[in-house]
Amino acid sequence: MTYSYFPGCTLKTKGKDLDSYGRKAAEKLGVVLEELEDWQCCGAVYPLAEDEIATKLSSVRALAAAKAKEQPLITLCSACHHVIKRVNNDMKTKEDIALRVNNYLKLDEAYNGETDVLHYLEMLRDKVGFDNIKKMVVNPLKGRKIAAYYGCMLLRPSKEMQFDDSENPTIMEDFIRAIGAEPVIYAFRNECCGGYMTVNDKALASKMANKVIASAKQMGAEEMITACPLCLYNLKENGEDCLPIYYFTELLAEALGVK
Amino acid sequence: MSENIIRISGINPRQCMKCGKCSATCPAFDEMDVHPHQFASMVVEGRVDELLASETLWKCLSCFACVERCPRSVEPAKLIEAVRDCVIRQKGGSYLSPDDIPEKLDSELPQQALMAAFRKYRK
Repeated sequence: MTYSYFPGCTLKTKGKDLDSYGRKAAEKLGVVLEELEDWQCCGAVYPLAEDEIATKLSSVRALAAAKAKEQPLITLCSACHHVIKRVNNDMKTKEDIALRVNNYLKLDEAYNGETDVLHYLEMLRDKVGFDNIKKMVVNPLKGRKIAAYYGCMLLRPSKEMQFDDSENPTIMEDFIRAIGAEPVIYAFRNECCGGYMTVNDKALASKMANKVIASAKQMGAEEMITACPLCLYNLKENGEDCLPIYYFTELLAEALGVK
Repeated sequence: MSENIIRISGINPRQCMKCGKCSATCPAFDEMDVHPHQFASMVVEGRVDELLASETLWKCLSCFACVERCPRSVEPAKLIEAVRDCVIRQKGGSYLSPDDIPEKLDSELPQQALMAAFRKYRK
């Protein structure tokens, strides 16, 4: 299985562990991730304004590059996934945006949302299969009680993200079971961590992080996993007395014996 | 001005049936002066000046809880973003300056936080 891969800015800097463990685990699973050449920052937030195309161009360039290689595009950071998936949806379904973007970019071939965008977790679930992962685990994380923190970006809006049931997701819990650990279900697993609010309003960001951590602890979690560098930062740095929190790729690499 | 907000957001605020789910689900509700469910009716009524001056523009987290749970596709986060765009697209309308950044930095802050804040607070 060979895919185009979009790591994004944070995975090259503060979120290196998310990327490096993801690559090691993929290799072990027989998945080839070909990093796109000359990819550009996705912009970190999806531009909701219908009259803006400039903020969507970097995503379209990545999508068109994957299309040229005839490969699905794998993302790993929740924010990159959210932005690129939604821009792709715009290019597929909003004629006006697609026309303006294509007029501006003048690609060799117009881009109209042809590329499949898959988050790394979706690749694990839908392409590799959790049952196969289970068979490849050499170091099952037995007895570890792990709370999956979904946050917002992977799940909502579900009609565009089509990632999982946005109110009652199971993909990360299934992942936790596949690596031999015990998932802990808690109320705040799909509530906001505070997001970019940490830049201008630390107090509000802390309030949000504390609610998530308290909810996970209440249900007996001993550690947490996430797919987002900003979620990890907010819970760890803005939350009081956070549980140990890891990128899901780190635990995958550990279970596969390649950490 | 209401027309501008409708055009930028792509939302028809007249579809709102005032069920209040958006405000009920908003994690930043307590921080806001104008609440998500009020945005739709205030755009319809042309009370745009109040929206342009609202603290809510800088408290919305874009978590999309209101978007997900709106049964009428009014999706207040999109209206809030359109109003915020109307503010930050004006000269002098930025809410965040690069000069503010050095004192906000710490060694762990991920790049995506700064990128996101600049995209939300500045043009």
